[in-house]
Amino acid sequence: MNTEFITNIGLTHYLVLAALLFVIGMAGVLVRRNVIVLLMSIELMLNSVNLTFVAFSKYLGILDGHIMVFFVMTIAAAEAAVGLALAVSIFKRFNEVNIRFFEHLKG
Amino acid sequence: MNHSLLMAILILAPFVGFLINGARYKKHSGNVAGSIATVAVAISFISAILLVVDLISMPAEGRRIAVSFFEWMAIDKFKVNAGFVVDQISAIMILVITGVGTLIHLFSIGYMHHDKGVAKYFAYLNLFIFNMLLLVLGDSLLVMFVGWEGVGLCSYLLIGFWFTDKEKAAAGMKAFITNRIGDAAFLLGMFVLFITFGTLNFSELNALAPTVAESTWLGALTLGTLFLFIGATGKSAQIPLYVWLPDAMAGPTPVSALIHAATMVTAGVYMIVRLNPLFIMAPNTMMVIAIIGAATAVFAATIGITQNDIKKVLAYSTVSQLGYMFLAVGVGAFGAAMFHLMTHAFFKALMFLGSGSVIHGMHEEQDIRKMGGLKKYMPITHITFVMGWLAIIGTPLFSGFFSKDEILAYAFHSPMGSPILWAAGVVGATLTAFYMTRLMALTFWGKSRVSPDVHPHESSAIMTIPLIILAILSVFAGWIGVPHVIGEHLGHMPNFWEHWLHPMISPIPGWTAIDHTTEWVLMGCSVGLATVSAIVAYQFYVKSPETPKKIAESIKPVYNLVNNKYFVDEAYFGGIINPLINLSKNTWYYIDVNFIDKMTFWAGDLVRGMGSFVRSVQTGNMQQYAMYIGIGVVVALSFVIMR
Repeated sequence: MNTEFITNIGLTHYLVLAALLFVIGMAGVLVRRNVIVLLMSIELMLNSVNLTFVAFSKYLGILDGHIMVFFVMTIAAAEAAVGLALAVSIFKRFNEVNIRFFEHLKG
Repeated sequence: MNHSLLMAILILAPFVGFLINGARYKKHSGNVAGSIATVAVAISFISAILLVVDLISMPAEGRRIAVSFFEWMAIDKFKVNAGFVVDQISAIMILVITGVGTLIHLFSIGYMHHDKGVAKYFAYLNLFIFNMLLLVLGDSLLVMFVGWEGVGLCSYLLIGFWFTDKEKAAAGMKAFITNRIGDAAFLLGMFVLFITFGTLNFSELNALAPTVAESTWLGALTLGTLFLFIGATGKSAQIPLYVWLPDAMAGPTPVSALIHAATMVTAGVYMIVRLNPLFIMAPNTMMVIAIIGAATAVFAATIGITQNDIKKVLAYSTVSQLGYMFLAVGVGAFGAAMFHLMTHAFFKALMFLGSGSVIHGMHEEQDIRKMGGLKKYMPITHITFVMGWLAIIGTPLFSGFFSKDEILAYAFHSPMGSPILWAAGVVGATLTAFYMTRLMALTFWGKSRVSPDVHPHESSAIMTIPLIILAILSVFAGWIGVPHVIGEHLGHMPNFWEHWLHPMISPIPGWTAIDHTTEWVLMGCSVGLATVSAIVAYQFYVKSPETPKKIAESIKPVYNLVNNKYFVDEAYFGGIINPLINLSKNTWYYIDVNFIDKMTFWAGDLVRGMGSFVRSVQTGNMQQYAMYIGIGVVVALSFVIMR
């Protein structure tokens, strides 16, 4: 058995992990109806991207990826604040946080 | 004074009158509005006189006052100026229009004083004078056409002046639409002339006239002049478009006098005389004009015999007299046509105003069967009417005599005329004498048939003064055109008229001087027959009123045919108007509603159907959208990678 893939952790591992996380997050966004879970899934997708950035940054030995991650985290924080606020207002109105209530906003 | 200023005053004074009365038509009382309008036309008349005096002082060749105010339009080679010309022909017209116009305005003050819309009436009347001046003064066919349409509009407005009466409103529309048919032909004529000669300016057109007569029917000149003549039949009420004029009597009587006797209806004659060098080179057109004119003269006169409405009789008489003018034009006697135009303007305006005075004095009664013996109630109206009557039946030395006999002499002797045309003219003159005498007899003479609760009275001075002036003109106006054959017995009186018009009139090809004996014989024939027929009419309608009824009874089918105006209106309705309406209705229903509308609905439905299919993509479900994004990214990426 070739153990080199397991013992020698390299760029590929990070990328594969990030891809897995991204797909899990996307599946959550597409499938789940609960707004909180949706937000969590979005965070997951964002963080998988962060992981890719950092991995490439380390691999190439430049700092650009790190800087980009800070921006993404800031946006993620802002998005979480807005998203949760929406979730709260939905909950206050309908006593539930199901995504379908957003469809009532369709013009 | 300078000519362009005078010309501007001449044309614009009535327009200013129209604006003043038109802007405040609810405020002005009858007398104020009437005074404004009359003064406006009188100012025009004075400037016309000043212009004509200047014109007379010019040397005979090149007598012409031309003023061009601005360039109206210039499209490539097609240039039209707002140019106006006073020359020998238009000088006569502006004097008649503004002169008779002033008298009729004056008369209207008395006639219309009890009407509610009197300021509006005077505004229209002023607008008419303005347009009529544009028509006669315009130096090109296009400027003339502006006036031509303008007088048509005013005619429509004034015929339908009492538009609350449906019949009168309909009469206005009939006049307008009939005129429109003629105007379409007039436009076609302009197109043909422009294509052929490259200009619409009168003096340029006349200078470009060919020197050899065009003998084909489809030559440009024949076609163009024929189209113009069809336009003239509309405006001047000739067969086949005369039907509107008798109905036009629905308008106020002074309007009938001004528009439908003295001025507007003569526009067609004037137009042809204006372009006489062109017309004389199209002998086929001339033949058509002469035949139509002669036919109209006789045809309308026969209808005139049977009518019982005082204005209708005069209307048919006008149609018939216009026929004479066209007969004159058709045989090349342009001067005689203008002469008759002028004398007719005087005596027919006089008789229309006289009938207005009668109608006014009889409290809106127009049926001559309910008149009779008005002589003693209306002495001034009667005397002036007698002058008009003597003039129209051609009593020697009255104005109508000179003009009518000149036309008849030309019809007989001109190479373009023929004894048949002359005979038609004499028959027309005989019939004219008959129906005019009948009108006189039934209205003024014989026993009174006035119903006891109507008290006829003479009109006020403001109405009788115009009558008196016109009566004087009707008697003496003919003296300026005394033919040589009579003139030589009156101390060698010269024919002023012929000298005046001579430079503007093209000579008739092949004309030889008329023999004096022939002229005397022709004159004797027409005067003799007219006298006999007037005496017969007098016998019939004054001495033994039963005779005409018996005669009418004995030839009942013929009488009914004539009395119903030969069923021409009915024929037009049955043959043209109703089929046209049906055609329009069917076109509307089958083509518009059932084809075009359905097509557009079908196209709309198609778009909507396609839209509703595409619309299903847009559900508002955010997760679905997210999926679209995902699929899109996958597709795009795989495209990039696979390449």
